Amino acid sequence: MQGRRIILAAVCCLLVAVAQPTQAQDDTERAIEKYRQMLKEDPWSNPGLLDADRGEGLLKTAAGPNNVSLEKCDLGKGAGVVDGAFAELPRFFADAGRVMDLETRLIWCMETLQGFKHADLVKKPYPAGGQPVKDLGAIATYVASKSNGMTFAAKLDQPQEKAVVDTGHAIFFRRQGPHDFSCATCHNDSGKRIRLQGLPYLAGPKEAKEIVGQWPAYRVSTTQVMTMQHRLYDCYWQMRMPELEIGSDVSVALIAYLVKSAEGGEIAAPGLKR
Amino acid sequence: MSLIRNVAILLIAGTIGASAQQKPVVDTVKIDTAIAAAFPTAPADWKARFDQDETMKACSLHENSPPKAVAETIATREKARIEYPADGKLLGDWASGEKLAQSGYGLRFTDYPARQVNGGNCYACHQLTKAEVSYGTIGPSLLNYGKIRNFSEADTKAAYEKIYNAQAAYPCSNMPRFGTNKVLTIDQIKDLVALVMSPDSPVNK
Repeated sequence: MQGRRIILAAVCCLLVAVAQPTQAQDDTERAIEKYRQMLKEDPWSNPGLLDADRGEGLLKTAAGPNNVSLEKCDLGKGAGVVDGAFAELPRFFADAGRVMDLETRLIWCMETLQGFKHADLVKKPYPAGGQPVKDLGAIATYVASKSNGMTFAAKLDQPQEKAVVDTGHAIFFRRQGPHDFSCATCHNDSGKRIRLQGLPYLAGPKEAKEIVGQWPAYRVSTTQVMTMQHRLYDCYWQMRMPELEIGSDVSVALIAYLVKSAEGGEIAAPGLKR
Repeated sequence: MSLIRNVAILLIAGTIGASAQQKPVVDTVKIDTAIAAAFPTAPADWKARFDQDETMKACSLHENSPPKAVAETIATREKARIEYPADGKLLGDWASGEKLAQSGYGLRFTDYPARQVNGGNCYACHQLTKAEVSYGTIGPSLLNYGKIRNFSEADTKAAYEKIYNAQAAYPCSNMPRFGTNKVLTIDQIKDLVALVMSPDSPVNK
């Protein structure tokens, strides 16, 4: 309710100050920042926490053809260790022979432990607008929330990990599609906006440290939690590319690159976005 | 092969375009393969979107800060790819241009089958009119664009060329090559030229 009032106030500022557009934007940004601050002061007001709770239940519930839970899933710190696991991802997993981020690793566990088919898990992984995050995303939100307050400590120093970070770096700058877009088109400079939406400078450490640890995040505009894999899928949609597959080498490499940029940044998941 | 070539180019390029993380030397074939595999539901006629032309390749490699010689090559190549209206008239209708500037519609996978014409989405990155306060800042403000330039013929032609293919003037610009990449038609580009260059356009009021 308070949040809605603040947004309304922001809209009013915009309407009143049409003659002074820059002033209006500053006011809008200040109002949104105040909204965030209020939510921060009352951490239980973030609707994303409902999905984190749902995810905890799902992780501990037997499911799939093998009818087992994900409690034996090794997220990198040993089977069943959830606390602090997200802070050390992505990492190389010898059992899978691949570097994996959180969601990719959860898919792997659902496949190998629970017996789900890979093709089914990657088919429609994201909710439509207004729908709650799907089960996989809810579990990811729970796991990420269990690293809340910690700093990103993914070392990414093994040869396989270094190679994936470098691949992510190259993909970040790779221009393609009818608009010549790359991630860098929007995220390689500080203080820029698309319309009124501020854009984080993700190739540099300062803003990456602030932003990357806020995903998965609850998005007010779509009233749902969006995971990092979903966020990247949405970026490629905007880049006029086809549907980015969850857990693909491209999405894993970009996440590894972003987390490397954010090294030492604090995890505050689920975050809250416009 | 491409790895060796890239190493050579990187050595020549030195530290130009350096970002916060050290620019890696990566085999571009490996990157292209990863991209081609990452979008398995892509329709057959979308697969061309995975490919890069020479300009995209150079801008990616140099992280949009090409060395002088590379920039000159890009400018020359892209200038040759600009097509002009058959009747030589570069100014269309600014009111239609304003609508195109507001619209970001087109070419996303949710935009098929097409329900309207592609937009230019200029406001996403540029300030244009005083009335529209919701504008982005990736590109420079274009407020009073024509007025500042005295509505000159040379600047009208330059504006057409910048919208048709921004990289002819600014190699590795973030701006899409709207004409060359067939995002907008010549008539749509003329409407956008009118938006920035017409004395009666709100951009110049």
